[in-house]
Amino acid sequence: MRHLLAIEQLSREQIEAILDRAESFAEVGRRDIKKVPTLRGRTVVTLFYEASTRTSSSFELAAKRLSADLVSVKAAGSSVDKGESLKDTVATLSAYDPAAIVIRHPHAGAAQMVAEWTEAAVVNAGDGKHEHPSQALLDVYTLRRRLGPLDGTRIWIVGDVLHSRVARSNLIAFRKMGAEVTVCGPPTLIPRGIEALGCEVVHSLDRVAEAEVVYALRMQRERMRESFVPSLREYAASFQIDTRRLSPRQLLMHPGPVNRGVELSGEAIDSPQSLIAEQVAAGLVVRMAILYELLAGGERPAPLAKGEDVAQPTPIGQPA
Amino acid sequence: MSLAELLDVRPAEPANVVLRRATVLDPVAGIDGVHDVVVRDGKIAELAAPGEGAVEGVEVVDAEGMHAFPAFFDPHVHLRTPGQEHKEDLETGTRAAAAGGYCGILAMANTEPPVSTAADVAALREQARAGASIPVGFLATVTRGMAGEELTEMVELREAGALGFSDDGLPIANARVLLRALQYQRLCGGTIALHEEDPDLSGEGVMHEGPVSAVLGLAGVPSVSESTMIARDAALAGYEDARIHVQHLSAAESVEVVRAAKAGGVRISAEASPHHLCLTDEEVRSLDPRRFKMNPPLRSESDRQALIEALRDGTIECVATDHAPHQDEEKEVPFEQAAMGVTGLETAFAALHTELVLPGTLELGILVERMAGGAAPFGVPRPTMVPGAEANIALCDLGAEWTVGEDGYESRSQNSWCAGRTLTGRVMITFAAGQVAFRLRSFSLGVAA
Repeated sequence: MRHLLAIEQLSREQIEAILDRAESFAEVGRRDIKKVPTLRGRTVVTLFYEASTRTSSSFELAAKRLSADLVSVKAAGSSVDKGESLKDTVATLSAYDPAAIVIRHPHAGAAQMVAEWTEAAVVNAGDGKHEHPSQALLDVYTLRRRLGPLDGTRIWIVGDVLHSRVARSNLIAFRKMGAEVTVCGPPTLIPRGIEALGCEVVHSLDRVAEAEVVYALRMQRERMRESFVPSLREYAASFQIDTRRLSPRQLLMHPGPVNRGVELSGEAIDSPQSLIAEQVAAGLVVRMAILYELLAGGERPAPLAKGEDVAQPTPIGQPA
Repeated sequence: MSLAELLDVRPAEPANVVLRRATVLDPVAGIDGVHDVVVRDGKIAELAAPGEGAVEGVEVVDAEGMHAFPAFFDPHVHLRTPGQEHKEDLETGTRAAAAGGYCGILAMANTEPPVSTAADVAALREQARAGASIPVGFLATVTRGMAGEELTEMVELREAGALGFSDDGLPIANARVLLRALQYQRLCGGTIALHEEDPDLSGEGVMHEGPVSAVLGLAGVPSVSESTMIARDAALAGYEDARIHVQHLSAAESVEVVRAAKAGGVRISAEASPHHLCLTDEEVRSLDPRRFKMNPPLRSESDRQALIEALRDGTIECVATDHAPHQDEEKEVPFEQAAMGVTGLETAFAALHTELVLPGTLELGILVERMAGGAAPFGVPRPTMVPGAEANIALCDLGAEWTVGEDGYESRSQNSWCAGRTLTGRVMITFAAGQVAFRLRSFSLGVAA
């Protein structure tokens, strides 16, 4: 794997290799000294053209845990503000000979273009409404730890699919892992033709009890001004996931940040079946695994795993 | 009336050439056979028996195995002049057209500033007489500055030589404004060419709305954005008995609307571009805006098939390239941010020959007819191989393979949708308005006797 640009480009085996690697990094996180020397002397650049909290911070921390030198560039206050083109910015940063460039950009295909312009490995940390592959990987990781293999698992993705790169990457990743996916939301927020990705489309939560996992998407307030939904109140009445609609055996996920009281009720967020906090924790180890696979990976085993007693994940239903 | 009288071109020596043993094909004139095409003083003097054309005082070209067609006419070209000469100008744009076998083109008026006054038209015509390799006609905008609000001085623009009117690049969103233009057309003539899309339905769309846009997360332009506007405008044209030409059809629904309007007696003509006839939205999966971002967008395979069928049955009477040059820095950006448009003049015939004629989808004769079909809708005489006519000839080697872009482009821009493709069929010589406007560098004249 040379770059991580889109989940669409990964095979199930490649996804599993990254998740297995992430399992081994989970152990590092339990040590007093949470750092491994793998990327010592190598440079990771994060280039964020959009606001981000969890994705940027977890990539940055992942690079540091792997002992890489880190350069973080945010669009605001940088040369980007002064009208520099993406191509020129990448050329400038490439002068530091980075091993990897992690890029978030408001437009689809940006990471792919960067990959053509640099020698570095490129990680897509979200490109427009297209893909967010590291999010999909951490979500599959989180679910796999809980449920084991996802073959036949029924997953519902609920909400604003139209504007969500997470929805696209997760739908593709869940399908690759063998899950059955249903997308649910108002017709105005479901892209025409999404069935091409191998999912079922429904416009009501009536059958949500069929789902083993409910993955809620963020509902942005500006959508109502563009008449995608008449009001957040009406949206919530039809599509909010609350403890009334969610049965205790169902798992709940959300990519964050949550609009409490819109797509999720406060109760649901704080319920024991919510995996939201686990998703955030998974973000760090999965992003370490991504950087490792791209920069030190190949077929070699993770050096830290040698002779280590790597803890196995606790299967669902057993006491942790 | 000849092209040279109606349009503007840089004067040059009239051609004196014999195309020895060329296969001459002009379906409209009913000519299909091997002849010596004798061009004297810029006119087709005769179609002589093979090997028997008089050669005194003329260059002789061995055209055995090659085809001589009426040269092509493109009613939809962006020459980017004035204001965006870094993308194209009259010299480079007409050189590109000549290399593609064209003997005439119409330049769109969406320049900077738009061509909205008689003085604008006069200045462009003067530039064309100084630097255009082939005859160029200029359209003027329908509305002042393309703002979609007030009509331009259409009578004066026609007197200054505007061949017709178009706000191409933008639709005329306000139906009342278009209705007034159609009424006013009775005073001044001049076909009104329409870029059809409903701006509210197109929204922020950057590609065809369908499964591919759903997967890529790109905002879609629905087919009905185009077809509903054509339906509106066909109704308005029918109501006023006005003459309209709809540009760059892309959707099956649009074809149906045009077909119905024609059946209902509306004076409407239509064009389709080589890229819409050859490509679908599947190409956009590459997220390469240089080759695959344009407006209207590439649509689905069923849309493409509907366009081909309409080209075949004459619902679409002409191929128009919508040649839209852009510089690298406007295309080397993410898809959503990139400029819309691709170049097409240098590759139109070769691409359609390769993609539609060779696989047996479209007859060669129909393609040849449609390549020049863009003249009549604007009152320009159709190029012909009939003896006595001004020499407007495309000499093509239908067996020649070439890779697009390998030898660079005549155009100032490189955003060809064919870049890197290997095409079969190449223009060797173009005669336009009686002059030799282009000859392939590696193809020498006067080699045979």
